[in-house]
Amino acid sequence: MSEVPRSAETTAAGVRKPTLELLTAARALGEPAAVVFGDASDQVVAQLAEYGATKVYAVGSPDMQAFLSLPKAEAVVQIAQASNPVAILVTSGPEGKDVAARVAVRLNAGIIPDATKVSVDGGTVSAVQTVFAGRFQATSQVLRAPAVVTMRPNATSAEAAPASASASSRSMWPSATQPGCQGRLPRAQGLQRGPNSPMPRWSSPGAVASARKMASASSRKTADALGAAVGASRTVTDQHWAPHELQVGQTGKTVALVYLAAGISGAIQHRAGMQSSKTIVVVNKDAKAPLFQIADFGVVGDLHAVLPASSTRSPGAGADRPDALTPPEH
Amino acid sequence: MKIVVLVKYVPEPTATWKFAPDLTVDRAGVEGRLSELDEYAVEQATRLAESGAADEVVFLTVGPAKATEGLRKALAIGGTSAVHVVDDAIHGSCALGTSLVLAKALEKIGYDLVLTGMASTDAELSVVPSMVADRLGANQATFAGELSVDGSTVSIRRDTDVASERVSVSLPAVVSVTDQTGEARYPAFKAIMGAKKKPIQTMSLADLGVDAAQVGWSGASSKVVDVSPTPARTAGTIVNDDGTGAAQLADFLAGRGFI
Ligand SMILES: Cc1cc2nc3c(=O)[nH]c(=O)nc-3n(C[C@H](O)[C@H](O)[C@H](O)COP(=O)(O)OP(=O)(O)OC[C@H]3O[C@@H](n4cnc5c(N)ncnc54)[C@H](O)[C@@H]3O)c2cc1C
Repeated sequence: MSEVPRSAETTAAGVRKPTLELLTAARALGEPAAVVFGDASDQVVAQLAEYGATKVYAVGSPDMQAFLSLPKAEAVVQIAQASNPVAILVTSGPEGKDVAARVAVRLNAGIIPDATKVSVDGGTVSAVQTVFAGRFQATSQVLRAPAVVTMRPNATSAEAAPASASASSRSMWPSATQPGCQGRLPRAQGLQRGPNSPMPRWSSPGAVASARKMASASSRKTADALGAAVGASRTVTDQHWAPHELQVGQTGKTVALVYLAAGISGAIQHRAGMQSSKTIVVVNKDAKAPLFQIADFGVVGDLHAVLPASSTRSPGAGADRPDALTPPEH
Repeated sequence: MKIVVLVKYVPEPTATWKFAPDLTVDRAGVEGRLSELDEYAVEQATRLAESGAADEVVFLTVGPAKATEGLRKALAIGGTSAVHVVDDAIHGSCALGTSLVLAKALEKIGYDLVLTGMASTDAELSVVPSMVADRLGANQATFAGELSVDGSTVSIRRDTDVASERVSVSLPAVVSVTDQTGEARYPAFKAIMGAKKKPIQTMSLADLGVDAAQVGWSGASSKVVDVSPTPARTAGTIVNDDGTGAAQLADFLAGRGFI
């Protein structure tokens, strides 16, 4: 079977969820290998193996911190040239896009960004993308292998591999600035990374978003009751009532499972980030708000009255929060 | 400093979009406009020219004849001139092909700083800026929410999924900007009229020395095999809040196992 390397993101606490989703998707294409930038601890390798990685390439180099995407892209290119994979999967996001774009140029390979599904048929990889602000689903076929695919977080669920998956082997990949790479960094010397401020995690599969400044406290409470994250429309982030990383939409985040919008009209750019959620709940005092057209459940009313009262109900007995957000299969 | 801004002519987001039989967007049959996400890059370039940091701003587009309208809009906001790469052989190009044409055109035009929007509002791929940087061997800083230039250094703030980073790169560089950098100004009538006098140079693949087989359908590394509208959602239950709205909402959430 063909190898499918994919890059893994790890945190101090282990492997990030989007990475486990990639491994799950990669198992349908071939035998997954994982590329780890930085320290591949035993714990990380074990977790990657649990989700199906049969091989782990650990790429350790100080350049990973000193530069943006370039050394990572170069490492992936070298690994791909050595292992000849059918596909290279990366998580969508600013860095994932940069890495994937450079890898595609260097391998002259077909790229499908922001895929929600990926499959292989007779060696040809296809992927589905949501395009034009979420209004169309496009299926594309990669004509020049390997397929470079960036996958939207939360579009697929992460499932541990069947127990039969063979154990992972770990190999250290030489630092990416070893021969062959330095020459490709002719102008990158000027790059510095300044002090970074930590960002709140956006790993929750659901969100409660509100467009109103005063609604943030009730949104927070409702989100807590659901075990979901708080989101916002651009009107709110433009006014700095909420930080930009909470923005949902075309130029913000995408929510995949359950979405409760309170006081949001439903402009197409906002819909782009939430209309594929499995469950949509809308609270708006204007019965004509376009978002009602795509709601599974809607309340025409004042969010200040509806939200607080709806979250006073205690969570169902034994409901484990993240799971409680997963809607029944349908 | 010479800035080249990459701009795309896209179908109007609120229009009814159609697809041609070859599954490309039917750009002739839909009203078009300068991509709103590129307007942010046009605005940043205009501000840099106003502050004296840039002495020349050129807009570059690759697209059908109608794409000139997008260039005129950009020229009404600012800039000195524009370049339009137009060639029938480009139709059907994938991101790799488009980035090749852009990189070749940039080499021909000359640049210190290349500015782009964070994505186009139609395909929304966000990969072209990095591809162009890779082909040019230029520095790259994508998804800038803030941008400043000091001498030969560009500094940006970018929010990734895990951190808000401050990144500085030396010129020449390719920088993509987000909608957080600030709305584009609304051009005054005089500026719209003035834009008609600014020069637009057209270039073909032959002018750029690009082999037609590397772009368009023949050079495509991927092809769209199906496009279908996102399935309409079945109408849900909408209730009026007569005092029981909150309780009904809680019932719905409980029924789905969310609470
Ligand atoms: C290129 C581009 C990209 C964009 N990207 C994004 C994006 O990523 N995300 C995004 O959100 N927007 C984006 N926008 C902006 C988008 O077009 C809309 O302007 C924005 O989403 C509107 O936000 P809103 O619904 O919160 O505000 P409004 O349109 O002002 O709507 C407010 C709604 O709240 C309701 N309301 C007010 N008070 C109450 C109350 N007490 N109780 C109940 N309901 C109440 C009103 O009835 C109304 O429906 C983008 C625009 C462009 C041009």
